[in-house]
Amino acid sequence: MSPEPSDDSSPLGRRAFLGFVRVGLSSLAWGGAAMDLVAQSTRLVPESLRAVLPFGKGWRIYAVNPPHPTFDPATWRLRIEGLVERPQTLTYAQLRALPRARQTSDFVCVTGWSVDDVRWEGVRFDDLLAAVRPLPRARALRFVSAEEPYEDSLTLAQAREPDALLAYAMDGGPLERKHGAPARVVMPRMYGYKGVKWVSKIVVTDRVEDGYWQQRGYDRDAWIGGSNGR
Amino acid sequence: MAVDPRVLFHEPRVLRFGVTERRLHTVHAAAFGLLLATGFMLYLPFVAQIVSDRPLMKAIHLATAALWLTALLLVVVLGDRAALRGTRREIERLDADDLLFLRRRTRAAGRFNGGQKAHAIVQGGLGVLLTVSGALLWLGERDTALRLPGTIALHDAATLLLAALVAGHVWMVTSRPASLEGIWRGTVPASYAAEHHEKWRPASAAEPATAAGRPAGVGASRIVLAALVTAAGLAAAALLVADVVG
Repeated sequence: MSPEPSDDSSPLGRRAFLGFVRVGLSSLAWGGAAMDLVAQSTRLVPESLRAVLPFGKGWRIYAVNPPHPTFDPATWRLRIEGLVERPQTLTYAQLRALPRARQTSDFVCVTGWSVDDVRWEGVRFDDLLAAVRPLPRARALRFVSAEEPYEDSLTLAQAREPDALLAYAMDGGPLERKHGAPARVVMPRMYGYKGVKWVSKIVVTDRVEDGYWQQRGYDRDAWIGGSNGR
Repeated sequence: MAVDPRVLFHEPRVLRFGVTERRLHTVHAAAFGLLLATGFMLYLPFVAQIVSDRPLMKAIHLATAALWLTALLLVVVLGDRAALRGTRREIERLDADDLLFLRRRTRAAGRFNGGQKAHAIVQGGLGVLLTVSGALLWLGERDTALRLPGTIALHDAATLLLAALVAGHVWMVTSRPASLEGIWRGTVPASYAAEHHEKWRPASAAEPATAAGRPAGVGASRIVLAALVTAAGLAAAALLVADVVG
């Protein structure tokens, strides 16, 4: 069929194939650093174009059980229970009446994108837990989302970090539905999957339990730059 | 798209692709289509926000990958292996004309021109790289020690390159209807072969030489092996789906 010589032991095409595969496999070592460089450069890309890029800056909304839970201020309740002296059920108005904390922090997703300087408003966990009074053996908080079966936990020490909060407002307005309305966990120094959205219940426990993504292999202590192989 | 008149008029045909080659192509076309579709639904932010049933997309993606590899094995087990070896040999051997083609588009090509050979070589490499990085992504979900620094970057970059090549491949075929007939029925008009593949000495489509899907004697051992491969592939796909959805 083909007039080309057929006794060449290492033809050009085969060498090209093997070289290509070899370089590709070597990127398993250096590809992460290269991708970070490219992600940095997306700061120069206009906002409207960033939505088509899978990395870089700007929100991407992930859901595990669509559609997003709905929020009705009249019927919404936040239940706080578990190892506490006085379990409590807060209305939206009661949540908003608690001491208000404000902060500006970055949001980093484990899949590679991030959002700089998000303005959050909400409640520090010490203020939230003051009324329920955790028992001495309480060690962790389990956040249960209205988007079942999503949940995740923080140790009490992590929840008491000065920049952790239960947020109900973002960038000057009430938390939007896609961002977890009416309340979500914000833990800026950990990857975003620790920030449970649509929080409907907080259970005070004596140990950290594996959340949705931990059951799927992600790290429990999701420190940015110090977990999940990054 | 202008229809090439030679496709319509009854002109002598020559055989460009045997049945095994066409099966191999069908397997890749179906798998790449599904993998790219589900992959982009998971990957591109503006689509991922609309198609939010990520577990379903992921289950289809992983099952397709498992069935793709299974089908490749089946083609090798049941198909005309001598024909596949011959095809590989043709593609690997880039001659001086092929290298010129890649630079200046001369037309002295064999059954495959330089561009087609380079395309096949890169796609083959991407298939390997995507399989390895995809397996590492899956393993990394189970054990963070297996999460290598470049796994995501490799899977992403290889996907984008593969999508670009597939798009180019589809665009090329729509501009040359005769080549579509080649992969669909195996034959191309003799004048098309003479014009685009001068150095190729094709067999007439009338000769049944390599047209048979499998060589006459597919032995019992091959059938058993194919059954085992099928069972293993279906089991792997089912386990992956159960793992993601269940």
